[in-house]
Amino acid sequence: MELVMAVAVGILFTIGVYLILSKSLLRIVLGTSLLTHGVHLLLMTMAGLKKGSAPVLGSADTYVDPLPQALILTSIVISFGVTAFYFVLAYRSYQALGTDEIDSIKEDKE
Amino acid sequence: MLHVIILLPFLLGVLMLMIRQNLRFHMGWMVLPLPAALFLYFLTRIPLIRAGDNILDSFTWMPSLGIDITLILDGLSLIFVLLITGIGALVVLYSIYYLQKHTDGIRQFYIYLLMFMGAMLGVVLSDNLMVLYGFWELTSISSFLLIAFWHRRERSRYGAMKSMLITVFGGLAMFAGFNLLYVMTGTYSIREIVAQAGTLTANAMFVPAMLLILLGAFTKSAQFPFHIWLPDAMEAPTPVSAYLHSATMVKAGIYLVARLTPLFAGQSEWFWLVSLTGLFTLIYGSFQAIRQTDLKALLAYSTISQLGLIMSLLGLGSAAAFFAGTEEAVFYSMATSAALFHLINHAVFKGSLFMVVGIIDHETGTRDLRKLGGLMSLMPVTFSVAVIGAFSMAGLPPFSGFLSKEMFFTSVLNIREFDLLSSGFWMQFFPVIAWLASVFTFVYSMILVFKTFGGKLQEAKLDKAPHEAPLGLLLSPVMLISLAVVFAFFPDLVSVPLIEPAMASIHNGLLAPGTNFGVSIHFWHGWTPEIFMTLGVIAAGTLLFKGYSRLRVLDREASGRNPLNRMYDGSLQLLEKGSRRLTDAYMTGSNRHYLLYIFSFLIIALLAVLVREPGISLGMEHYAPLSFYEAVVVAIMLLAAFAVPFAKSRVNAILFTGAVGYMVTLLFVLFRAPDLALTQMIIETVSVILFLLCFRYLPKLKKQKEPLRFKLPNLIIALGVGITVTLIALAAMGSSPFKPISEFFLKESYSQAGGKNVVNVILVDFRGFDTLFEIMVLGIASLAIYGLIHLRMEADLPQRQ
Repeated sequence: MELVMAVAVGILFTIGVYLILSKSLLRIVLGTSLLTHGVHLLLMTMAGLKKGSAPVLGSADTYVDPLPQALILTSIVISFGVTAFYFVLAYRSYQALGTDEIDSIKEDKE
Repeated sequence: MLHVIILLPFLLGVLMLMIRQNLRFHMGWMVLPLPAALFLYFLTRIPLIRAGDNILDSFTWMPSLGIDITLILDGLSLIFVLLITGIGALVVLYSIYYLQKHTDGIRQFYIYLLMFMGAMLGVVLSDNLMVLYGFWELTSISSFLLIAFWHRRERSRYGAMKSMLITVFGGLAMFAGFNLLYVMTGTYSIREIVAQAGTLTANAMFVPAMLLILLGAFTKSAQFPFHIWLPDAMEAPTPVSAYLHSATMVKAGIYLVARLTPLFAGQSEWFWLVSLTGLFTLIYGSFQAIRQTDLKALLAYSTISQLGLIMSLLGLGSAAAFFAGTEEAVFYSMATSAALFHLINHAVFKGSLFMVVGIIDHETGTRDLRKLGGLMSLMPVTFSVAVIGAFSMAGLPPFSGFLSKEMFFTSVLNIREFDLLSSGFWMQFFPVIAWLASVFTFVYSMILVFKTFGGKLQEAKLDKAPHEAPLGLLLSPVMLISLAVVFAFFPDLVSVPLIEPAMASIHNGLLAPGTNFGVSIHFWHGWTPEIFMTLGVIAAGTLLFKGYSRLRVLDREASGRNPLNRMYDGSLQLLEKGSRRLTDAYMTGSNRHYLLYIFSFLIIALLAVLVREPGISLGMEHYAPLSFYEAVVVAIMLLAAFAVPFAKSRVNAILFTGAVGYMVTLLFVLFRAPDLALTQMIIETVSVILFLLCFRYLPKLKKQKEPLRFKLPNLIIALGVGITVTLIALAAMGSSPFKPISEFFLKESYSQAGGKNVVNVILVDFRGFDTLFEIMVLGIASLAIYGLIHLRMEADLPQRQ
C-alpha cells in the first residue's frame, strides 16, 4: 500500500509543480492546491498505513497513529487560509492589472 | 604612557571639532605643539632604548579573543616614531604657510592629519597583530580622506578611490595572514609569535601566511605591481604627499617586513620575494621617473623606486638568518643597517623635495617640467634645498644619500657570496641591476634640479611672476635638509643611538650574547669597488642626462597611459560589466525562472544525497497490504489530477481539483481518520464554492500555446520533483529506528486529559499551542482578504470588471 501511495504522492507533486511553473495565475493557484494534497497524503503515508481502529478510544486492540492526523488537521486549516488568500490575491491582481499572465506582471525595466 | 601618546592625536582631533571654524590665527598652530612635544619625548627615550631596554605598556581589551593593547617601544619602533612625529611637526609647520587660513575644510585637513598620525603611531607601537591591523586600516582610511581633500576634483576622487581599493585589498590579505599566524601559534602577540619562530617553519600554513602578509606590506609600500596608486595619490595637497606618501605611510610596509623578519627570515621564499620584488621595483620606478613631466609624478616614482631599494635591502639582510651565530651573520646583516639608514635618509630628502615642489607650485603656479626653468637666481634658498635633496637622492657626496648608496652597493656585492640553492650565478645580477637603477636615479635627480632651476626662465608660460618663497614656507625644508648634511658628516649620530638598537630588534637572537653588530658608517672607506661603481654612475648618468636632453622625451606627450593603469581600470570595468551581465542573465524577473532554479536545486541536492548515501533499504516487508477500495480511490484521484492541466475551461479545472480533494477525503476515511475526513470535506466544499463564486471574475483559461521549449523544461523539472519525493518517501519509510511516541497519546488521552478522541485531545490539550496559532493564521488570512477586497489606493490601476 505504501508503495502505491508513495507513487501517487509523487504524481500529485509532479502535476502540482508543473502547474506552478505555468504562466496563468489560476493554474498556479490550482497547482498549490494539488501540492497541498500531496503533502497531506505524504504525511499520512509516512506514519505507516497499518490497520487498526480510528483513534477514538473504545474497545479495539490497536489504533492507528493519532499524531500525524493532528498534524495534518492543522495543516489543512492553514493551507486553506493561505489558498483562500492566494486566490483573492490572484483575483485582485487580475482585476487591477488586467492580465493573469505571471510574466506580464513585471515591473517595467525602463 | 604609550597609550596616552597614541590617544593624544585623536583627542586633539576631537577637540578641534569643537572649536570655532573662524579662528583669528591659523588652525595649524593649535596642532603643531603636539607632534613637536611627542618628538622631544621620544628623543629623551633614546638612552633607555640604547641601553637595550624596551618600554612596554599593556592594557587588557578583549582577553577572551586574545586581543589586548600591548604597546612596545623598541629600537625599530623608535626610528619610526621619531620619523612620524618629527616630520609630522615639520609638515604641520609647512602646511600652516602652504594652506590659506580660510581654505575650505582646513579643520578637516588637520583632523584627518591627526587621525593619520595617531594611527601611524599605533601601527609601529602595537605588539598585538589585531591592534596593528586596526591601526593599519585607519591609516588607509585617513590617507583616503586626505588624498580626496579637494573632493570637487574628479582626479582627486579617482586617486583616493584607487589607493583605498589597493591598500585595503592588501590589508585584508594581511589580516588573513595574521589569523593564520594565530591559528599556528595561539597568540596575536608579535613577541610571542617570534619566540616560537623555529617551530613554525614545518607548518603547512607558514608559507601562505608569509605570502598574505607580504601582500599587505607590498601594497602599502607601493611595490611593483601595486605601486600604481601612489602616482595618482599625488592629487593630495603637497604637505600630505610629503608626509604620507614619502616619509611615513608608505614605510608601514617596510616596517612590517622588518618587524616580522625574525619570524620569516631564514626562509628562501622570503629572501627571494622580498629582495627581488624590491630590486625590480627599484629599477622600474627609477626608469619610470625619468619619463615624467610632472614634478610630483617624478617624485612619486622616485619614492616607489627608493622604497624598492629599502625593501630589497631588507631582503638581502634576511640572508643573515641562514648563518645565525657566526661571523657571516654580521656580514650579511649589514644590508639591514643600510636599509635602516636609507629609510631615515629617504624620509629626510624626499620630505624636503616634496616641500620644494610645493613651493615651486605655490610660487609659479605650475609643476610641469616643460614650463619651468631658470629659477636658480630667483629662488636661491629653494634651489639650495633642491640641490642637496636631489644630490642626496642620487647618492652623491657629501650628502647622506651617498653613504646609504655606498652601503647599498656593499650589500649587493656581498650577496654574491651567498650561495642559496646553488644560485651563485644569479647573484651576479644583483650588483648589475643595482648599478643600472642608480644610473636612472642619477638622471631623474638631475632632471629635477636642472630642468626646474637651470636653463632659461619661460616667463610667458607661467601664471605668476616667480620669486622666493616666504620664510615660513622655507623653514621646514631647510630644517629637514640640513639633517642630510649633518648625517653625512656625523653618521654616528644616527647609527649608534638608532640603528644599532633597531638591528637588535630585527635580528634578535642572531648574535652570541654580549656582542653587537658594530654598525658604524664611515664617510670614506678607501678605494673600494663601491667608489668605482659610484664614479661609474656619475659618468654614465651624466652621459645619459645629456643624451636624454637631445632625445627631448619631456617635450613628447608622455607615451600613453601606463599599461598597468590600463589594466587596473580595465579590470575594474570588466568586474562591473561582468557582474552586471551575470546578474542580468539570471535575475530575469520571471517568476518561472526563479521557481526553476529553486526546484532544480532541490532535485539536485536531494538526489545527490540519496545517491551518496549507501544502503537505503526500501523496507518492503513493513508495507501494509493493498486493498481494492484504496486502489480504486487512488486511481480516481490520479485521473482527476491528470485532467487538471488538460482542462479546456476554468470551471472544469476547478472541478477536477475539487475531485482530487474529495478523493483525498475518501482516502482519509479508508485510513481511519474521521476528523480529517470531516475537515477535508468541509474545506474542499468551501474552497470549491469560493472558486465557483468568483468564477465570473476569474480570467478565462487560455489554451496554453507556449512552445515546447517552454513546456519541456517545466515537465522535466516537475517529473524530477515527483520522482525525488517518491524516492525519499520510500527511502525514509524503510528505515525508522525509533518507535513512534503515539503510544503515550493513546494511553494517556483519557486518564490525563479526559477525552476519548485522541486526535482532538492532541489538538486542544497535548499540543494546544499549534491550534492557537493556526487560529491566528486563519484570522490573519481573513483580515488580509478583507483588506485586499475593500481597501483600494487612490490613483489605482484601471479597473476591469
